[in-house]
Amino acid sequence: MSKCLERIYNGLVKENPTFVLMLGMCPTLAVTTSAVNGIGMGLSTTAVLIMSNMLISMLRKIIPDSVRMPAFIVVVASFVTIVDFLLEGFVPSLYDSLGLYIPLIVVNCIILGRAESYASKNPVLPSIFDGIGMGLGFTVGLTCIGIVRELIGAGQIFGMQVMPEFYEPLTIFILAPGAFFVLACLVALQNKVKNNYAKKEREVPQTAGCGEGCAACASRGICGGHMISDISVSFEVDQPEDTASNNGGTENKKEQEGV
Amino acid sequence: MNENYNVSSSPHIRDRIKSSNLMLMVVIGLLPATLFGIWNFRHENAWILVVVTTAAAVLSEYIYEKLMHKPITINDFSAVVTGLLLALNLPPTLPWWMGALGAVFAIIVVKQLFGGLGQNFMNPALAARCFLLICFAGRMTYFVYDGVTGPTPLAELKAGEAVNTMDMLIGNIRGTIGETSVIAIMIGAMFLILMGVIDLRIPGSYIVSFVVFIVIFGGHGFDPQYITAHLCGGGLMLGAWFMATDYVTSPITSSGKIIYGVCMGLLTGLFRLFGGSAEGVSYAIIISNLLVPLIEKITLPKPFGKGGEK
Repeated sequence: MSKCLERIYNGLVKENPTFVLMLGMCPTLAVTTSAVNGIGMGLSTTAVLIMSNMLISMLRKIIPDSVRMPAFIVVVASFVTIVDFLLEGFVPSLYDSLGLYIPLIVVNCIILGRAESYASKNPVLPSIFDGIGMGLGFTVGLTCIGIVRELIGAGQIFGMQVMPEFYEPLTIFILAPGAFFVLACLVALQNKVKNNYAKKEREVPQTAGCGEGCAACASRGICGGHMISDISVSFEVDQPEDTASNNGGTENKKEQEGV
Repeated sequence: MNENYNVSSSPHIRDRIKSSNLMLMVVIGLLPATLFGIWNFRHENAWILVVVTTAAAVLSEYIYEKLMHKPITINDFSAVVTGLLLALNLPPTLPWWMGALGAVFAIIVVKQLFGGLGQNFMNPALAARCFLLICFAGRMTYFVYDGVTGPTPLAELKAGEAVNTMDMLIGNIRGTIGETSVIAIMIGAMFLILMGVIDLRIPGSYIVSFVVFIVIFGGHGFDPQYITAHLCGGGLMLGAWFMATDYVTSPITSSGKIIYGVCMGLLTGLFRLFGGSAEGVSYAIIISNLLVPLIEKITLPKPFGKGGEK
């Protein structure tokens, strides 16, 4: 069970898809004009992520390696279609405001990334919890961005007026440029917090060959995210278990950049 | 030993002009337009906005550099220029805190986050103006003159109404604080040209290409009245002489300057004639600012002896 909790912690904090892995930037920037949209998008993605992780993990021994990507896409697309119809049927207002971004969950880097790097290599239960963790991490990220943008750009949170009457909202924050400002500030903030935390730990030795899992590496505060390029060592060193999945995620990010 | 044989690293040509002298001269060049604007909009108390915006720019530069433990550079007047230019680009009725917010945005986001003076990728004052324009679209396009609200002459021109070109030349019209009087702007620009601060290539090619565009696509043919109205209306003159010529965000090669000017002329014409709003100078300039690295890349001069016939 501790492994399952570890997956959730990993998704929420250590490898938060929005603030650490920087995956799924398209919906992150586009739909977070309000907190409700952020939560809606995050939960829809979470639902798809859990189901697809589960199914892909079940099918991992059946799917041939050479056609795994199309197979993953088919699985993900089926679940996205279900979520799409459910949203249209039960929450039409959210469906309208999310619009095109619901079908686009199919090509969301997080889902393909987790399928490729985790679910296709691990048993069912941890995969489900990996989906939950990553999905919740994504939801938290989107909701945070949504809250900040809605607060500054419209003076509201979850549709409720919180700013005093005389406040004139900075409309730019609910338009596209605002998404970049808010994302950048929040990422900077969490890096700052993490760096302070890492500095307090002080126990991480500055060894050569840290691999490339900078995002999840606790000693990033010391090396400043610069990979120590001692190649002869870096690939031989015993990595902590989820560096492998992290590398997979990074590769997937590169593959998905066109999306 | 003859001093001609001294070997040292670049720069080899030195001058007594420093950034602070240069920026001070730009401030002096802006003074006629500023003073006229303050007098012109005295009923709207434009001076408060000018003072607050400029002070906010200087103060935010000071505070940022203090907090980041960087050398304090407020003595080089570049923050004053940014603040003043921003104020001249704001409508006189804008609440003072919006001007201050714009100044903070200009200095911290556009200038300091990219590395301070010399590193900003677009004109801070114009970027801040566009920021405010998107944030407070209503306030930023609300123009009052002598207590009467109405459209700017440029908007009237776009709507096909007749405008008084003489008033536009002198500046007794609605508009932003510093853009109304072409005469005041030209006095300042003349000073800068005589002092050798600005290069005629950028404003020259900007204005000429804009006029050509207006003649071809304006629908009035070569109508001096129409062309003059377009030249004197809006922020074209202020933009061409004071903001397009910003050293940091304009190309350094001679041919690049002309391409840059033509770019701005075409974009301004495009935005004014076919765009949704009447004015397009600020967007034209900041878009051209973004093109500057590319322009410099294609106009890089060949070193002597390179690239000959093979």
